Amino acid sequence: MSQPVLGAPLDRVEGPGKVTGRIAYTADNDIPGMVHAVVVESTIANGRIAAIDESAARSAPGVIAIMTPRNAPRVDARKVDANDSLLFLLQGDAVEFDRQPVAVAIAETFEQATYAARLVRVRYDVRPPTTALASGERFLPDQIFGKPAQHKRGMPEDAFARAAVTLKQTYRTPTEHHNPMETHATIAQWTGDRLTIYDATQWVFGVQHRLAATFGIDPKAIRVVAPFVGGAFGCKGQTWSHVPLAAMAARLAGRPVKLVVTRPQMFGWVGHRPQTEQVVGLGAARDGTLAAVTHDVLSETSMSDEFVEPSVVFSRDLYAVPNYAMSDTLSRLNISKPTYQRGPGESTGSFAMESAMDELSYALGIDPLELRLRNYSANDPDSGKPYSSKRLRECYAAAAAQFGWSARNPKVRSTSRGRMLVGSGMATASRATHRSPCTVRMRMNADGNVLVQCGTIEQGTGTPTVYPQLAAEILEIPPERVRFEFGNTDLPAAPIAAGSQTSGSVGSAVVVAARRMRELLVSHDGKPPADGFEVELEDSPPPEEAEHATQAFGAHFAEVEVDPDLGTVRVTRFVGAFDGGRILNAKTARSQMLGGIVWGISMALFEDTRYDARSGRIMNANLSEYLVPTNADIPDVEVILIAGDDPFANPAGAKGIGEVGICGSAAAVANAVYHATGIRIRDLPITPDKLIR
Amino acid sequence: MNAFAFTRADSVAGALRAAGGDAKFVAGGTTLVDLMKLGVENPTTVIDISRMPLAGVSRMPDNGLQIGALARNADVAHHPDVVNGYPVLSQALLAGASAQLRNMATTGGNLLQRTRCVAFRDTAMACNKRSPGSGCAAIGGFNRNLAILGTSDRCIASHPSDQNVALTALEATVQISGPKGERSVPIGDFYLLPGDTPERETVLEPGELVTSVTVPPPAPGAKSAYLKLRDRASYEFALASAAVVAIVRGGTIERVRIAMGGIGTKPWRNLEAEAALHGKPATAEQFAKAAQIVLSDAKPQSQNGFKVELAKRCLIAALTTVTQGA
Ligand SMILES: Cc1cc2nc3c(=O)[nH]c(=O)nc-3n(C[C@H](O)[C@H](O)[C@H](O)COP(=O)(O)OP(=O)(O)OC[C@H]3O[C@@H](n4cnc5c(N)ncnc54)[C@H](O)[C@@H]3O)c2cc1C
Repeated sequence: MSQPVLGAPLDRVEGPGKVTGRIAYTADNDIPGMVHAVVVESTIANGRIAAIDESAARSAPGVIAIMTPRNAPRVDARKVDANDSLLFLLQGDAVEFDRQPVAVAIAETFEQATYAARLVRVRYDVRPPTTALASGERFLPDQIFGKPAQHKRGMPEDAFARAAVTLKQTYRTPTEHHNPMETHATIAQWTGDRLTIYDATQWVFGVQHRLAATFGIDPKAIRVVAPFVGGAFGCKGQTWSHVPLAAMAARLAGRPVKLVVTRPQMFGWVGHRPQTEQVVGLGAARDGTLAAVTHDVLSETSMSDEFVEPSVVFSRDLYAVPNYAMSDTLSRLNISKPTYQRGPGESTGSFAMESAMDELSYALGIDPLELRLRNYSANDPDSGKPYSSKRLRECYAAAAAQFGWSARNPKVRSTSRGRMLVGSGMATASRATHRSPCTVRMRMNADGNVLVQCGTIEQGTGTPTVYPQLAAEILEIPPERVRFEFGNTDLPAAPIAAGSQTSGSVGSAVVVAARRMRELLVSHDGKPPADGFEVELEDSPPPEEAEHATQAFGAHFAEVEVDPDLGTVRVTRFVGAFDGGRILNAKTARSQMLGGIVWGISMALFEDTRYDARSGRIMNANLSEYLVPTNADIPDVEVILIAGDDPFANPAGAKGIGEVGICGSAAAVANAVYHATGIRIRDLPITPDKLIR
Repeated sequence: MNAFAFTRADSVAGALRAAGGDAKFVAGGTTLVDLMKLGVENPTTVIDISRMPLAGVSRMPDNGLQIGALARNADVAHHPDVVNGYPVLSQALLAGASAQLRNMATTGGNLLQRTRCVAFRDTAMACNKRSPGSGCAAIGGFNRNLAILGTSDRCIASHPSDQNVALTALEATVQISGPKGERSVPIGDFYLLPGDTPERETVLEPGELVTSVTVPPPAPGAKSAYLKLRDRASYEFALASAAVVAIVRGGTIERVRIAMGGIGTKPWRNLEAEAALHGKPATAEQFAKAAQIVLSDAKPQSQNGFKVELAKRCLIAALTTVTQGA
């Protein structure tokens, strides 16, 4: 072949189907005999259901049943492991958060179910809710992802006390909701004791196991299909309440049920990024060398669950800091359980840490980029392990050159364009890469065409394009001859498509299987036999892999214009350079980075879930009031991929790139706003009211 | 939404015959259908007026402009007579909503669009406007986007429109047909303050139909502009906005009309501020004085105190733009 296949910017194979509307997402499917369920959600955030009057709803046209705590099938709502969440399945009358499911209307049509849902009258005994981070009951969680909630290296207190320059500031990030374009949706069908589920999920096997536990049946009796997922950003990683509720409704109705979560309900029980209050302390020598870093995080969790926003990983694992201390404290509030969202931990942690680094650079009179370089770490500073690969220096250099960073006047409020103040800011991006066991089956037919099967999902990242590309490279055949089948539990088991681990996990399994197939092919003189070959294998990270720390890196440079009178901020330029190890497809990789940067700008300037302090109600549960960027808010974004092999990361040589793009990008914008105006905003989002004070 | 009867009117007479009771006219539907889905509006009859022949934009004998109630916001915004004679109106329309919505939304519907106060739009919250006597969840609650002028202790909902702010500065007149005949109401008298009856937003009586809006001829030498401030660059209602129409000669303000949006319970005009500018030099100092007058009665709520300063700066910036180089 003349052109290398791997890394080539091949178009997405499912692209035409998506843009012409031919591809079916979960809610686009219809099953014969199917009826519709609509969730009735609580309008209070704390209290008890005193009474439910469903008489009007029950007699509305087309209604089949109204499911309430009184008649809901008894199921097990408890979590199956520490990472799981308690479900709200109409098993009791307690209400812990706004928009908790309290009933389900089931009717022949979606409109009839929607109407009936509105007729369900729920009376509550209301108790005052707590939704302010400062007012919740505080505690240190037992562990955060297997690590203690407090951790130290070196002598942080002493080092901080002795440092020539110190800085301690509090940074705040608000509650944010994922809001993928496709809302959650589930279709449930019982055939005797067997259950078929269509679900918008990042993990069909997670849904399968959770439902097996909830209903007390064998996972093998449950088939889960995730045809295409219309974006997720983490909110489709867990099995939330509506999934078993759809199956319970199908039981009650004796018919297949479709349940589509509405946009306002997307602010209900399906997870969100928790608000954080982060105190960052930096102690440094006059030359900018960091002597001590402290990072203390307070974040919110729900009444009956624990979720820790791991903001500290960013400060812990990036710079060469000998003395370090962190703590994670949780505050219990009347909110639904928070969850992973777009670079969980690093995206919020990087806002705090990279803002603090920017503040330190001005305090010392050292260029912000130079300050990062002076604290560059060759090894993972916490574990001491070497990185599997690290091309962060190259990222800094390439992005700075493209941006024209060296021409910047370092003084704040020094640059203008017409009446606008112009500022530029930068930040480091970093995000750990994970890899989990994954099984694939690979068939080569007699005609040489290849089918790869794996129960991972496609959520807009390029799954059916990239893995055939990887297999084709090894098998030395054109990628069109490899088809990738995904998205259901009949296929070999894949891990959750989250945590930037799919390239590392699915990709590695594909590589190992393709290499085996290639050996088979060689042993058959390059021609498959009449009944073809089949390889099925489970690929797991070997213990040696833990000898290296695997992290994706990057550098963000943002330029903003701020209206000095009106406080409006526009991002006018953005350049990001990223080290993601081997790049499997330059086009889909670039899209991941673009998306990350867009969401970073969004985090910096727009997103903010607002609770009514008295009722605990979310007041902006729609896309008119919950702001995400419009096209007019996004400038030309330049993405540079610093590609290179990573022999230690995994067989695919690819570090996860799904989330590194957002990590640090909000800080780059905030730092640019400071450079433009001299105003340091430490609580996101940066809105005009904060700049005209 | 609730079940409702649906009829279509082809003429004003037909529409008036069908009207009455809790019937609602629907034009573009971009306000009404939303509110019906939310359970905020629950008419038992909906009368589709969108096919009536009221979509024209035409010059009047006095050289003023008549804009039909069914003229689409997009068509009005791009109409040459509007672009040339009333830039403030074109700019205000284009600053509103999105291209898709402007293709549907009509002049009359925009005139009567309802507040975006989230307590009004959420039937779980108390709202005197939606459900008189139930209280106001926005006072002391979520009110960052709400009004600081013209409020009462019953209601602080802001008037949401951009179009109507421009029409107020242009001193437009609303033409109305009803069971008792036709009448004309200057836009300054069309909107009501919430007072004790926030459910009453305009002087329109039940069964009355807006047929058109007329604007007087552009004053010779007048310049105009609309400035809208919001958290994102597009597709969001105003935190504060200002429509300014002014004639400046030799650096002196001969005539000025000012209306503001996003800050009042109705499109906000302040005659005293206009009078203070008449005959004065077009300087930042004079603009600041006028802005001070407009905002002197401001009553900020728990979350929108910033609007006082933002609105002042908005008005000063709009006045500066319009008077620059004159
Ligand atoms: C997401 C979104 C964003 C928006 N952003 C903005 C914005 O930034 N700025 C802005 O100004 N607006 C904005 N709007 C509001 C939009 O401008 C209005 O919805 C639109 O102008 C209403 O016009 P319509 O023809 O669709 O009205 P309809 O929904 O048809 O009617 C609205 C009301 O007017 C009544 N009505 C309509 N025509 C007549 C008539 N001729 N006589 C008597 N009564 C009548 C109806 O009965 C109804 O009560 C936005 C709307 C949406 C949905």
